[in-house]
Amino acid sequence: MDTDTATLAPPGQDTRTLRIGFIPLVDAAPLVVAQEKGFAAAEGLRLDLKRESSWANIRDRLVLGHFDAAHMLAPMPVAASLGIGSLHTPMAVPLVLTLGGNAITASLPLWAEMRAEVPDLSGTDPKRLGRALAAVVRRRGREGQPPLTFGTVHPFSAHNYELRYWLAAAGVHPDEEARLVVVPPPLMADALAAGQVDAFCVGEPWNSRAVEAGVGRILTTKAHLWRQGPEKVLALRADFAEREGETLAALLRALVKAGAWAEDRANRDELAALLADKRYLDVDARIIHRSLSHRLVLEPGGEEVAVPDFLLFDRAAATFPWQSHALWIYSQMVRWGQVAESPANQEAARRTYRPDLYRKYLGPAGVSLPAASMKVEGALKEPTGVASSAGRMVLGPDGFFDGQEFDPDRVADYIAGFAIHSRR
Amino acid sequence: MVLAMLNGSLSVAIVDENHARAAILEEGLLSAGISDVTLVHDTRNLLRQLVDLAPDVIIIDLENPSRDVLEQMFQVSRVVARPVAMFVDRSDSAMIQAAVDAGVSAYVVDGLKKERVKPIVDMAVSRFNAFSRLQGELEKARSELAERKVIERAKGILMKTRRMSEEDAYAALRRLAQAESRKLADVAQSVVTAAKLLG
Repeated sequence: MDTDTATLAPPGQDTRTLRIGFIPLVDAAPLVVAQEKGFAAAEGLRLDLKRESSWANIRDRLVLGHFDAAHMLAPMPVAASLGIGSLHTPMAVPLVLTLGGNAITASLPLWAEMRAEVPDLSGTDPKRLGRALAAVVRRRGREGQPPLTFGTVHPFSAHNYELRYWLAAAGVHPDEEARLVVVPPPLMADALAAGQVDAFCVGEPWNSRAVEAGVGRILTTKAHLWRQGPEKVLALRADFAEREGETLAALLRALVKAGAWAEDRANRDELAALLADKRYLDVDARIIHRSLSHRLVLEPGGEEVAVPDFLLFDRAAATFPWQSHALWIYSQMVRWGQVAESPANQEAARRTYRPDLYRKYLGPAGVSLPAASMKVEGALKEPTGVASSAGRMVLGPDGFFDGQEFDPDRVADYIAGFAIHSRR
Repeated sequence: MVLAMLNGSLSVAIVDENHARAAILEEGLLSAGISDVTLVHDTRNLLRQLVDLAPDVIIIDLENPSRDVLEQMFQVSRVVARPVAMFVDRSDSAMIQAAVDAGVSAYVVDGLKKERVKPIVDMAVSRFNAFSRLQGELEKARSELAERKVIERAKGILMKTRRMSEEDAYAALRRLAQAESRKLADVAQSVVTAAKLLG
């Protein structure tokens, strides 16, 4: 991929300004890089990046046309297309911004309770940690203590589904044996310190901030729970995507190049400094660097630990909008009672992710395209070469930690297979 | 009062970290005959507070990060006895547009009639707009005052160092501003800065 940042806009071409909303998180990097490192300008675009304080605002402003595009939680456009939780608005996801990037962090008192159940507890293995957590939940139940409270960032977030998936796999019913609440990410560490939540699932840098503040222990990460799972996407109104094909093509080209730049090891220091800026995240570059280098400090005063594939911007076809991802999100919405199970809902969810637009606009730009638009999630146990337009593309490992596979051609069976659920 | 007749029994919670703006809206609602108005300033444990209050309508400022907390109220029917929806009627996009433009977001108990809620949202929109106009005027007045002050100081410097009369000093500043197409206050500021640098 050509990552020459010195390319200038073709002479005579007008610059088109796009208003794009983002939340201050490390995974907003592709948008920031596209604007700051000249990838947008090279495509004749200027990205007017608007920092927002809530996902609800981003969605509403996108729906009402205040924004042309947005940095969005992967499930949120699916919810808007389904008309749940907001104005019913068909959305298009032509590109994924990131895979991974989240973690689950426990308060130090909860971590101590978990270690009391399993004395040599350490590391990040979701199975062992889940067993310890389940033991804490049972003991508290027996002793008549209040249920544990877990924070996530929005009902339609990967965080919500990851946390629920982990709890349920450990035998804990998230709606009956725990309390799930929403807390704005910048307030997570304070909520943990004040005992308002016992643990939370949030994107970086907010887990590391809790560790730095001496109030939390990172238990495990999204890369452990669902390796190479989608996190943030580029969302647009479907009508905008249809109407402004050329502009969208230019934006997609700029973002794919920005993603490759962001993932390049050589650019980590510069990217961490860029994101640390007041206009973007306004947090210590040192903490941001951890996500970018796939190395986290799990507990206060601890050493850095390698977390393979912690946050991907480019590798493993990270930007490709797999419709199997949209369908997995739908399966969890049904599982937890957010939407009714129906062929129409399933189809609307699948069609929100738009590999057709990705192929149409990025194929001519030389971006490698996978032959399929869906894959069995969890089928690749190790890095595997698959058919693509460039001959070979390496995907995976892409599994769920409990070994369950998600076959997008058998969604109903998958949903029916969950013993723990809150289906309508 | 027409509003009172329509909304006599509705209770309203206002979540706004800007206390002055919240007070202005509260005053508007009270004077329109809505007596059950609660201001929520502390957004810790917001969901719990709102569950206890059980308001019919929640008005929240758009910039408040706690909007995502309220979104959960769509979902958790176990926690909230009465499900909540955003805005009133999904078909009324003009009202939603006006609210968002004014920086207002509203959540209402599901099933509540649009006619009953609209006056409350309209009141919030007009009070939020009035507040932002007021703030704009205040800022303008403040910056005009600051500009006048810096021009006075620049004149003083010129009068002292160049032994100019007040009139000549002012004329010199104006000439420079015109020649460089800059604002008079900006030119005055450079004179003040230069004087500071050169002692």
